[in-house]
Amino acid sequence: MKILVPVKRVVDFNIKPRVKSDGSGVETAGLKMSMNPFDEIAVEEAVRLREKGIASEVVVVSIGVQQAQETLRTAMAMGADRALLVLSEESPEPLAVAKVLMKLVEKEQPHLVILGKQAIDDDMNATGQMLAGLLGWAQATFVSKIEIAENRARVHREIDGGLEELSLKLPAVITADLRLNEPRYATLPNIMKAKKKPIETLNAADLGVDMMPRLQILSVAEPANKKACVLVESVSELVEKLRNEAKVL
Amino acid sequence: MTEENINDSERESLIYDVVIVGGGPAGLAAAIRLRQLSSEISVCVIEKGSEIGAHIVSGAVIEPRALAELLPDWQKQGAPLETPVTTEEMFYLTPTGQMRIPMLDKVMPYLANHGNYVVSLGALCRWLATQAEALCVDIFPGFAGADVIIEKNRVVGIRTGDMGIGRDGKHKPDFQPGVDLRAHYTLFAEGCRGSLTKKIIAHYGLNQGADPQTYGLGIKEVWEIPAENHRPGLVQHSFGWPMDDRTYGGAWLYHFGKNLVSYGFVVGLDYTNPWLSPFEEMQRVKLHPVFRRSLERGRRIAYGARALSEGGLQCIPRLTFPGGALIGDSAGFLNVPKIKGTHTAMKSGMLAAEAVADAYATQRVEPATFTDRVRHSWLWQELHAVRNIRPAFARFGMRAGALYAALDTMVFKGRAPWTLHFRHADHETLRAASLCQKPFYPKPDGTLTFDRLSSVFLSATHHEEDQPVHLCLKSSSLWKTVNWDVFKAPETRYCPAGVYEVLDEEKAPTLHINAQNCVHCKTCDIKDPTQNITWTVPEGGNGPNYPVGM
Repeated sequence: MKILVPVKRVVDFNIKPRVKSDGSGVETAGLKMSMNPFDEIAVEEAVRLREKGIASEVVVVSIGVQQAQETLRTAMAMGADRALLVLSEESPEPLAVAKVLMKLVEKEQPHLVILGKQAIDDDMNATGQMLAGLLGWAQATFVSKIEIAENRARVHREIDGGLEELSLKLPAVITADLRLNEPRYATLPNIMKAKKKPIETLNAADLGVDMMPRLQILSVAEPANKKACVLVESVSELVEKLRNEAKVL
Repeated sequence: MTEENINDSERESLIYDVVIVGGGPAGLAAAIRLRQLSSEISVCVIEKGSEIGAHIVSGAVIEPRALAELLPDWQKQGAPLETPVTTEEMFYLTPTGQMRIPMLDKVMPYLANHGNYVVSLGALCRWLATQAEALCVDIFPGFAGADVIIEKNRVVGIRTGDMGIGRDGKHKPDFQPGVDLRAHYTLFAEGCRGSLTKKIIAHYGLNQGADPQTYGLGIKEVWEIPAENHRPGLVQHSFGWPMDDRTYGGAWLYHFGKNLVSYGFVVGLDYTNPWLSPFEEMQRVKLHPVFRRSLERGRRIAYGARALSEGGLQCIPRLTFPGGALIGDSAGFLNVPKIKGTHTAMKSGMLAAEAVADAYATQRVEPATFTDRVRHSWLWQELHAVRNIRPAFARFGMRAGALYAALDTMVFKGRAPWTLHFRHADHETLRAASLCQKPFYPKPDGTLTFDRLSSVFLSATHHEEDQPVHLCLKSSSLWKTVNWDVFKAPETRYCPAGVYEVLDEEKAPTLHINAQNCVHCKTCDIKDPTQNITWTVPEGGNGPNYPVGM
């Protein structure tokens, strides 16, 4: 069984991003970029399935700029076998990504696609669902446990107020939630080995996918600053402030 | 320190000809030079930051001399030196006014910045790393050197830190043992007060005969300001207020890049008043008209801090030992009067690389020619000419020290027939809190000045929470009787990241260590009055995540 794992290069989760001074978007120049943390969980799960002998090969794919190959190297250092890099402009939208992935599924013929449930930069939570729709495959989202047996996947989904247990027929699309696993550290020897693993580079245009954005961002703004706390001296001062400053009384 | 008996069967090891600890300007310059000299020598660089540049903090105005020697076509290759220095001003500050020092090129010729550039040193290091990788240097960010491997009294490499150890010291499910990186030669390029360098200096007694090192703490912010206020290449420095005459320190403010301003403050860590807070000094200097002018209507976008070596020539330890050498600010090559250390760090790395290549070719254990190469280079001449300036400030105070410095420079031209020495280590200089006056620090206004926690937040520092505390107290009772009873917890003030906190001050004061806030500046390791605090490396990849503008 082959598993395909798409991974996205995003601003590192430790970084507090800031809005560009013209309000057109988030400033990403010069910031540390890393693999989307939910995608790391997806890679880890795929590698564990291969280590258990359930999967035979783990192929990772990233769609984006040339530097996304660093993200692919990280995934291969975690244990993925090989990688595909689809070159495209900075940030393609979920529908375009899903269409590219569909083409790659046709090319690679995996039995399972595991994605992160969402990317931490745009929080879209859409690519996995769109891919399953395009392929006409079974899907399970927000998954915190995967068991594979007899061409079926038994999964736990994290839903409001509890867990939902599903059984799906393969091939299927699964999106990973936070509690699915704890990704491993990439070790130095494995980073060395990853340098020698192959990355095949493709162009989105060659796959016949229209990458043009369909969404228009009107403006991006930072949340308003919280006002600093003030300690009041007395009840009467509090009442006075509530009445005259906050105007709630 | 790891001595000979490694009985850990699951530990892997990698073998290189040269291992370099630290991906700053010194380490990367050494790596590049080694590969230029010989394509047979395999080189690897490890860096504890999550990427190259993640832990780099510097002003920085740099002199491109060493860079031009290392990579003569740096301009064609697109090195990020984009803002030439255009205007230079040095101010003596009073609380509300300032005096601009006239004839700067005569009084402080070492400060002449003609031909120099305002840069982000983080950006330069990232670029140097791409140059090194093009020469087939293996660079591993996210791996910290946790220990030195010494066999038969020779350094044979380092061990990277274990990953996945819980706060209780037990292995977590994702535990990964560190790797032994073994090498013929190991270069320590950890920057000021490196944790492995400290072990090496102690093991081989490298500092015998040298003066005790004296340090400074630099705290920096990067601001984005309105285009109409931006004067690319403007370089300003100040001394005087708010430091008293016995305290060495001053501010910098540089305009560079696209509407960016680098602002920061350095305090000599030989200060005596335990109430002094470098962080709050740095904040309040922004309110002075000289600096307020640039920053007003701007927004702060980055924050960081790092200790630096200020002692100069008199404090440089023996540079080599069997199996390796100390380079860059690990050895203390910063030129303080010049307010620069990048070019000297790079030069020291290049000279060490030449010595190592020579030792490799002739199969010698110690790259001992490094010392002679340094002595016969411009690096030595430069440091020798300014060797008396910083100690004069330590000895005579700021005003008389400045006079002495002018005399030493203008009359003797750096060739005075004497050398002034440092007499005390920085941890010995604090006076009892009860004998000292508390400075008045205004409350942060949230526009120009800020508190510690919002600042630490901007450093994007991150530490895996479930790991042993990386700031180790040798004795917790000593904290109560010395740090608290005598000095009233100076660590809560000198730490620029709010790591140290006193709980239950009234009844039973105890020290709480918020290790996850640490920005790896190393000040506590230097300034703690009894050297009770030891800074060790946390998990690789932890610590601040400074952006490219730093």
